[in-house]
Amino acid sequence: MKSRKSKLFGAIAIAASIALTATGCSSDEGSNASGQVEVFSWWTGGGEEAGLNALVEVFKSEYPDVEFVNAAVAGGAGTNARAVLATRLQAGEAPDSFQGHAGAELMDYITAGQLEDLSFLYDEEGWRDVMPATLLPLITVDGKIYSVPVNIHRANVMWANPKVLADNGIAMPGSWDEFFAAADKLKAAGIIPLALGEQWTQLHLFETVLLGVLGTDAYNGLWDGSTGWDSAEVKGALDTFKKVLTYTNSDAASLSWQDASKLVIDGKAAFNIMGDWAEGYFRVDNSLVEQEGYTWAPAPGTAGTFQFLSDSFTLPVGAKNRDAAIAWLKVAGSAAGQDAFNVKKGSIPARNDSDKAIYPPYLQSAMDDWGSNKIAGSLTHGVTASNAWKAEIDTALGLFLQNKDVAKFQAALATAATNAGK
Amino acid sequence: MKRAKDWMPGLLLTAPSLIALAVFVYGFIGWNFRISLTDWKALSPDFNFIGLKNYRDLLIDERFKIDIKNSLVFTIVFMIACLLLGLLLAILLDQKMKFEGLFRSVYLLPMAISFIVTGVVWRWLMNPATDDRISGLNLLFTKVGLDGLVNQWHLTPNWGMAGIALPAVWQMAGYTMALFLAGIRSIPEELREAARVDGASEFRIYRHVILPQLRPIALSAVVILGHISLKVFDLIIAIAGKQLALDVPAIYMWQTSFDAYNFGKGATLATYILFSVAIVIIPYLIFTMRQERRS
Repeated sequence: MKSRKSKLFGAIAIAASIALTATGCSSDEGSNASGQVEVFSWWTGGGEEAGLNALVEVFKSEYPDVEFVNAAVAGGAGTNARAVLATRLQAGEAPDSFQGHAGAELMDYITAGQLEDLSFLYDEEGWRDVMPATLLPLITVDGKIYSVPVNIHRANVMWANPKVLADNGIAMPGSWDEFFAAADKLKAAGIIPLALGEQWTQLHLFETVLLGVLGTDAYNGLWDGSTGWDSAEVKGALDTFKKVLTYTNSDAASLSWQDASKLVIDGKAAFNIMGDWAEGYFRVDNSLVEQEGYTWAPAPGTAGTFQFLSDSFTLPVGAKNRDAAIAWLKVAGSAAGQDAFNVKKGSIPARNDSDKAIYPPYLQSAMDDWGSNKIAGSLTHGVTASNAWKAEIDTALGLFLQNKDVAKFQAALATAATNAGK
Repeated sequence: MKRAKDWMPGLLLTAPSLIALAVFVYGFIGWNFRISLTDWKALSPDFNFIGLKNYRDLLIDERFKIDIKNSLVFTIVFMIACLLLGLLLAILLDQKMKFEGLFRSVYLLPMAISFIVTGVVWRWLMNPATDDRISGLNLLFTKVGLDGLVNQWHLTPNWGMAGIALPAVWQMAGYTMALFLAGIRSIPEELREAARVDGASEFRIYRHVILPQLRPIALSAVVILGHISLKVFDLIIAIAGKQLALDVPAIYMWQTSFDAYNFGKGATLATYILFSVAIVIIPYLIFTMRQERRS
């Protein structure tokens, strides 16, 4: 008797839960019609979240009737967020706007027909005049622009501890040969010459070595097929990279990029190569003063070149609140929005008409460089290669870190480029 | 022939879960297999049939070779250490000691923690830094004069996976102990007494009376531990992130599917993982089904 009752109860419970999920779905669709904008990003902590919040404040003051829904997914460089996003897009549940690195990383969405052409916004808002002429070609696909860049970061920056440099009588190296000379001194003094972190920071180092050894034009040529991956120049860069690795800490694989920067702060390492988000880590998180606690220079061999990456927002096809999403993109591309965002995030605005005075000294100099330098794109951060190509390079790098076989590495890189159709 | 009144209610009541199982387990396994036969390489579905090409490509894939080696090293170290440690703890707890319940809980408790939490804590414990940055277990070793034990843990070249296996052993050894302890307790006391009357030492009693009867338990433990180790993913991500030295098929599958959007190849890797687990599980299921039928 008792068992039959509990079975019956179980059946009711199951039926009830099915009914609940069913109604849950339908009510969701109904409420989305009113003024909402759901924005998807991977900014969930630190300066990134503060920047997003500042941008949202600007949006709210301009569009008080639209409710902002933050659909951020945690995870460095969007590794988790992209998986969630792919699932949502395939299910036809696109957010109203999502974050992506400007450049080749968005190609997957573009070829899948998941993004709307935003050229009309560039015309309406006059962005073609205020966004740098060097940037626009890099985010234009077949004459169409699919994203609105909100910021620019620099990837090719070498950070250093000024005290360690002074104690050992060395200057910021202008080339990798100068670095090797300095590194031998440091090694003899028992200091780690170059602090390094987990595998993606090693890919980051790899791309700056490529840029430094090949030069800007040949480096840019790697991504459009005009520089061969099997060329002697690339071999030279790989040999240099192999040598650079011998001057790094042995526990790199267990360190985050912050851990690696901390080695420089603590004077246990002299140099570190990381994007300029590290500047915020030095200045804000560790309360250091530039030139006293830390100093910087373009990575060896890359002076005069600005290797950039950019976060941008998009308009997915089938966004439920298309008008609100366009409003969001207008704010993201506006001078007020970009200044509010970038001061907090610690990056420079993509526009060249923003209020320079409100930025800290490092960012001011970065703005000058952005305006005057040659431009190259970052591989690690999605500018130059599609996701599939980048993943293949990453695997080739991982294998190289195991076997340190330059010939095999170069062959794998050449294969990856062929697979990518270059 | 039974009457419908007898079997109908049972069938009706289990029908929802049977249908859910058919769709969400077997249906999706079939769907995954179908995708593995395509060269779907973008965000939008592309069911271009290419036969077993993905499977053939994987056989000569260098990264996949590393994955298999890593998987084997992890599985072997993890299983042997868990079984030996679990058995040892079970035998120790079997000595009619005081506070047995307390110790049982203490050893079993790690199992209640998720692999992610275990991974984060052990990432600190297994810090491979040396010299003046030394910390974690290495620091402990130097403090107590066991400098010889200081090592690189999961960053040890070639044997890093054995380092990854340590936290997994810490977590699952207690569970293996519980299995063995239950097995030991189910052996009738009369058997031991008979052996004692025959003059057997305690060691010989364990060796010749207890251990042979634990064989079915050991088999269950091997199956449970084996499928955990073949699917390991979260523990490695928490300790080491995505790096090729510590790559396993599950991480390769994740990166292929969601970082590179190569769903055809990702599905192929998923099928491989399913297959490797099936090799362990199916013989066990057949074995237990036969045993149940016999009894």
